[in-house]
Amino acid sequence: MTKELSRRNSLLLSRMKRYLPFIIVVGVALVTFGSGAMLYHAKRPQLKAIPEDKALSANSGSESMHIRGNPDAPVTLEEFGDFQCPPCGSFARFAEELLKEYDSRVRLIFRHFPLSAHEHAREASLAAEAAGLQGHFWEMYDVLYREQAVWSKAPNTRELFESYAGTIGLNVDQFKKDMDGEQAKARVDSDYARGESLEIKVTPTLYINGQPVDPKDKNPEGVRAAINAVLAGKPHA
Amino acid sequence: MTVSRFRTVLYTIVAIVAVAGLADATYLTVQALTGETLSCGGSPDCFRVLGSSYGKLGGIPVAMLGALAYFTVFTFAIFAAFGYSCAQRFVALIAGAMFLMTLWFLYVQAFLLHAYCRYCLFSAALTFLIAGLLIAVPPSGRRSGA
Repeated sequence: MTKELSRRNSLLLSRMKRYLPFIIVVGVALVTFGSGAMLYHAKRPQLKAIPEDKALSANSGSESMHIRGNPDAPVTLEEFGDFQCPPCGSFARFAEELLKEYDSRVRLIFRHFPLSAHEHAREASLAAEAAGLQGHFWEMYDVLYREQAVWSKAPNTRELFESYAGTIGLNVDQFKKDMDGEQAKARVDSDYARGESLEIKVTPTLYINGQPVDPKDKNPEGVRAAINAVLAGKPHA
Repeated sequence: MTVSRFRTVLYTIVAIVAVAGLADATYLTVQALTGETLSCGGSPDCFRVLGSSYGKLGGIPVAMLGALAYFTVFTFAIFAAFGYSCAQRFVALIAGAMFLMTLWFLYVQAFLLHAYCRYCLFSAALTFLIAGLLIAVPPSGRRSGA
């Protein structure tokens, strides 16, 4: 009787040993997949479409926004960007190609959304606004993104911004005053508040005619497809 | 401790280290998929690496491939710990490939991007640890499974 019990126990143990690695592997796979999926749902930005009262009409006043491309273009690509964010720099290069490719059919609107994690991002936004007050916003935008790797790590960011101002032909004294002025600050704050009201968390965040571009489509193919859908009269999101 | 027991302990440690790597790579995969590479620990260097063109391979986030590799190492290490001899060869093969990929990514960070992502460095340390542990595993004779 005891022998029989012991034989059964040893058989059970051997079976358990046989199946245990499979159970462990499947268990870890399930836990990993489950926690990954939960994290994904928690982190996935729930972007809202821009509400009617905050929407831009195709011919919204250009003096209140930084518009690149044809101001009357049927497609508006609105970007919430941070000058210190590398993906925003990549997007800036792509946006330039896009504007050439779609010619008069697409316009780009830039909104400041300097992330607090980037110590020089707000200062860079102020530099762009100060340049904008002299009518050279986009020239500064281009320089800031082109030189991002340099000024992001430099201890003398302010001096660099001033040298960029000189390079693009600005009145540097005026630029210095404007960088510290209320007008540039108010403009950056206003863009940031708009981004916050749309619950933006990351940059670049893109909207095409008021509809958010899904994070997974934030690549050249995805953006082109969304623009083509709008041009073809289909909603993209 | 017998050689066989020592081997079992080492493969169990490899499996535990692989789980840590799997967690790290899963977190980075989620960040890549949600477009949240920007907020990775608030470090600009981190997303300079993850947001670079080296962050994807054929459109697939490298972190996802890393998660898959860690899971494979974990699986084979568990089976090896339970005495499956062919799993021992596979775990060594995958870990070797991961080691070489890690060297490449360290080169990319140091010399091409001039930026280091702390999550990637953590992953590199885990891969080196796995490789070290596998080197320490005493060679086995032919065994026929569990």
